[in-house]
Amino acid sequence: MTIFTDIGQYLLMIKGMFSKPENGKMYWKEFIHQCSEIGIGSLGIVAIISVFIGAVSTIQTAYQLVSPLIPPSTIAQIVRDTVILEFAPTLVCIVLAGVAGSRIASELGNMRVSEQIDALEIMGINTKAYLIMPKIIGSLLMIPLLVVISMALGIWGGRLAGTAAKILSASEYDKGLLEAFRPYNVIFALIKSYFFAFIISSIAAFYGYYVKGGALEIGRASTKAVVVSCILILFADYVLSALLL
Amino acid sequence: MIEVKNIRKSFGDKIVINNVSATMKAGQCNLIIGSSGSGKTVLMKCMVGLFEPDSGEILYNGHSFTEMGVEERTEVRKEIGMLFQGSALFDSQTVEQNVMFPLDMFTKWTQQKKQERVNEVLARVNITDANKKYPAELSGGMKKRVALARAIVLNPKYLFCDEPNSGLDPQTSLVIDKLIQEITKEYNITTVVNTHDMNSVMEIGNYILYMYQGNKEWEGSNKEIIFSKNERLNQFIFASEFLQDAKEMRMLEETGRIPHHRNIGDTPQS
Repeated sequence: MTIFTDIGQYLLMIKGMFSKPENGKMYWKEFIHQCSEIGIGSLGIVAIISVFIGAVSTIQTAYQLVSPLIPPSTIAQIVRDTVILEFAPTLVCIVLAGVAGSRIASELGNMRVSEQIDALEIMGINTKAYLIMPKIIGSLLMIPLLVVISMALGIWGGRLAGTAAKILSASEYDKGLLEAFRPYNVIFALIKSYFFAFIISSIAAFYGYYVKGGALEIGRASTKAVVVSCILILFADYVLSALLL
Repeated sequence: MIEVKNIRKSFGDKIVINNVSATMKAGQCNLIIGSSGSGKTVLMKCMVGLFEPDSGEILYNGHSFTEMGVEERTEVRKEIGMLFQGSALFDSQTVEQNVMFPLDMFTKWTQQKKQERVNEVLARVNITDANKKYPAELSGGMKKRVALARAIVLNPKYLFCDEPNSGLDPQTSLVIDKLIQEITKEYNITTVVNTHDMNSVMEIGNYILYMYQGNKEWEGSNKEIIFSKNERLNQFIFASEFLQDAKEMRMLEETGRIPHHRNIGDTPQS
């Protein structure tokens, strides 16, 4: 029964976000703040993960492709498609569920426990619209951008590792990148990232906004938000792949 | 004026407020007192709309708050200021930004006018050189005063204070009580204070509503409370020997007699 109550409460939360802003300027300020927190705040970890994912993919693909009949440029093709289709959108979003999602949940949880949300309600502010909406829209804007950056850095990391380990030359890698390239893969990755961005921000906001209790519950809500987001991301990944590929 | 009519609120099977009615008058400090778990905070949260009562009505100047739609409620809430038990200041904002927040949200004033108003209310609560400090850098008493400044910055008609003295030393509590009393009179606000601090009761309680296990047990003023014959109220107020002595002293001053078996003039025999 709890799961149905939670789903109902989640849908009511989403519905409650849609109202006329009390002051457009303040909402815009909050939106920009969230963009900076989610986008700039997560850029460092996304960059590091992406470069290493690309590098490891190149080395492991080369390790498995031992046949002299396969040209080295194939390694670049495999790395490119793996990074674009799976690693950049899915793995990065799972990391973002931990970085941005837990931050959203703990921020809202702390505001709830310390009565800051009540204080806003008393002032006559729709707290769902003012606190949650900018986070979701900010995520929908920034997470796909981070995924695009991750794609580029992942492929570049693969090139770096490939040439450093003398697996293939830079020109062979570049040649492989251009072979059999399907732009739809990028569109598919972006579609996935939009879904994942919504999951990360709305689930984290839900667990943070409705937290009850004290500091311990904030930690639990934050952990629960990350776990549920990760499961939903993997489930959505499967469904979208089955439907769109 | 705020009227509470037959308010009932339960959580699951537990009835927390049972048919409570009261009238909170303008320009007065209206106190809701009672021991922990008596339902005073729930009653206050019903009054401001943070909880929906199961039945009954809350009227703000004759208009039913409980029957209002979201937009009408928003308009009433703009006239409400609230001081929370834990101050509820926004952690990421400075003192100045905290107090300015309602002005930013609800007025189209120039930055200079907003700044003047912020300085004015901060000076009113005796905070002069902490504008750029963050809540984490303030003492408990200062936090309460900043929260009070934020609550009154939009000139509210109604001020709610939930346990304004909790966690404060007696001297700072007195300062907060005095501020609440002065502000109530200055702005002719209907002030509702939740407390179990007997100093506050005696200092500022123009109207006192005593709650016991979700029921209204007694109502009256701070002048009447010491003469109350309500046993539960007396047990609550004069829980300590010290307060019992204080009560007897006060009765002696006011009536010239002590209706008690002890004679406070007696000196202990060593």
